[in-house]
Amino acid sequence: MAKVIGDIVIDIERCKGCEVCIPACPHDVIALAKNVNGKGYHYAETINDKCTGCANCAIVCPDGVITVYRVKI
Amino acid sequence: MEHTLTKEEIRQEKNLVYKKTNVMTDNILSYCPGCGHGTAHRILAEVIEEMDIQDITIGVDPVGCSVLAYNFFNLDMQQAAHGRAPALATAIKRLFPEKFVFTYQGDGDLAAIGTAETIHACNRGENITIIFINNGIYGMTGGQMAPTTLPGMKSSTSPYGRDVQMMGNPLKITELVAQLPGTCFVTRQAVHTPSTVRRAKRAIRLAFEYQSKNMGLSFIEIVSNCNSGWKMTPRQSNEWMEANMLPFYPLGDIKVPEK
Amino acid sequence: MLRMKKELKLMKGNEAVAEAAIRVGADGYFGYPITPQSEVLEYLMAEKPYERTGMVVLQAESEVAAINMVYGGAGCGKMVMTSSSSPGISLKQEGISYIAGAELPCLIVNVVRGGPGLGTIQPSQSDYFQAVKGGGHGDYKLLVLAPASVQEMADFTTLGFELAFKYRNPVMILSDGAIGQMMEKVELPEQKPRRTEEQIREQCPWATLGKPKNRERNIITSLELDSLKQEQVNLRIQAKYERMKKEEVRYEEIMCDDAEYILIAFGTSARISQKALQLGREKGIKVGLLRPITLFPFPEEAIAKLSQKVKGMLVVEMNAGQMIEDVRLSVCNRTKVEHFGRFGGIIPSPTEVLHALEQKLIGG
Repeated sequence: MAKVIGDIVIDIERCKGCEVCIPACPHDVIALAKNVNGKGYHYAETINDKCTGCANCAIVCPDGVITVYRVKI
Repeated sequence: MEHTLTKEEIRQEKNLVYKKTNVMTDNILSYCPGCGHGTAHRILAEVIEEMDIQDITIGVDPVGCSVLAYNFFNLDMQQAAHGRAPALATAIKRLFPEKFVFTYQGDGDLAAIGTAETIHACNRGENITIIFINNGIYGMTGGQMAPTTLPGMKSSTSPYGRDVQMMGNPLKITELVAQLPGTCFVTRQAVHTPSTVRRAKRAIRLAFEYQSKNMGLSFIEIVSNCNSGWKMTPRQSNEWMEANMLPFYPLGDIKVPEK
Repeated sequence: MLRMKKELKLMKGNEAVAEAAIRVGADGYFGYPITPQSEVLEYLMAEKPYERTGMVVLQAESEVAAINMVYGGAGCGKMVMTSSSSPGISLKQEGISYIAGAELPCLIVNVVRGGPGLGTIQPSQSDYFQAVKGGGHGDYKLLVLAPASVQEMADFTTLGFELAFKYRNPVMILSDGAIGQMMEKVELPEQKPRRTEEQIREQCPWATLGKPKNRERNIITSLELDSLKQEQVNLRIQAKYERMKKEEVRYEEIMCDDAEYILIAFGTSARISQKALQLGREKGIKVGLLRPITLFPFPEEAIAKLSQKVKGMLVVEMNAGQMIEDVRLSVCNRTKVEHFGRFGGIIPSPTEVLHALEQKLIGG
């Protein structure tokens, strides 16, 4: 069976930490970081390798800070 | 077999499935964290990129939170006086019938001060697309009551909740414009979840396609949040929107072109 | 040699504006009916310029919508205009302020009727302040042309567009119900082609025509939240007005060389004052007439120069005394300046004007 793996790149300096991406992710890949960015926002970060590259997080991100990659293996 | 690709191997151009469209500029959005404006901007920009019409699209932005939308769309844009965007768009489209023209307006702009311009552009059947963001509040001026504020909903000018006896009823202007012969496509969408974003984007795409066929005015309401005005976190505001706004402003097509 | 026959027509002032607009190659007219200027829209609708030249004509839902349609068209570098009369022009002030702030060219015709409020439908000059002092909110000015004949209604339509594009500033033709409604012989300009999109791109590189790959996006706005930048916008706009003062002052002097008394009047009042001048000369009174053609920029220097050699000036206006303030600023107390006005829709008679001159300046 074909399997897909994905990864996201978050532009943390543009992230406002709104958390809208968090419930959008079906695999609980995203959480807010303990650290803050230059604007003082706790930014979104990935916390595991379960990303499938479905892009749900990216399409709900109001600030368009998420880039998504996906590979079929 | 366990996959063993490194992040660097995954993050290759050939594996790219989603990145910010070039029809948005790199300017940081002036909207509050979690505001639906950013998402609505982005899907509109994506449609323009996918249709390859950036060089023949002119946008008109309103007064309100999205007054600075021209900083975020990588498009030729005009900034209208409060409520007047459909009048500007009417003239632009009539002077350039072959170009794509849209307005992007909030509820106060479109459904209060600009009611006349909205209704008459719709009724004349101008071949334009109106994107109408309804978050039930005046965001930019500090959370005052809007024409679309729900009964009982608190705002800075209805601090004890909207009393419809005193303050009048919320205006369902989308249902209203659907009654007018000049509109060809009237729909209500949202942008707070992956599936609603996908549907809203499809609606915008359809609207632009109808515009290219001179079918009349397309009117897309996007029910959205205002976490600052509603005094909630972004996630709470989306949940509150589902529980309170969507029953009053149900999602879905209200008028579609006849086949 | 073939002599070109001039095309002469008998027309109303309002119709002359409409026909001249078509012939100058205007791209769009957006209007709303109001007496005494409705013939502009009526003439255009009957004339079908969309078939003659491709010019767009639209009856808007209000004066507010009409001026904002003008804003939209002007933002695309198109040659667009509107017309109205006093109460309607008041409604347009918001849009005019935005157009001035966004530095867009357009032509606005005000066929003035008496006010305040709904007032009367009869001619008046009571919108002088509104026209020359800005009118809407913010520090801006219109370039204001004051026609005194049907011929000038046509001529200033052409000139108005030319100046609007030269300065990227709204131009107002400040007419009145008498000139709008009266019929006179008018020599019409030859038909000019409307500009192509390529020509607009060249002439108006700022226009929103759709963003090509090879240039930055164009933005039409009057908003600048950074006060330092907003101050620069204001300074740039003020510099344009200074340039207008240097380059665009227009006026007419009649028998001013030997005059001891000067009548100062524009538009309809100037026509009446010219007859009063004749009556005065017949009685041996050395009277001249200065007719400002541009109300902004105002012919300050010409009036200042005359004020050094005359015994007095009578400002004749169909209002309670508006232009007289600009005359007094120009005169700086060098000579006596009096006002004669009828208002509420009354046009003064030449004998009334002469009588006022005799009473207020000569006898007094």
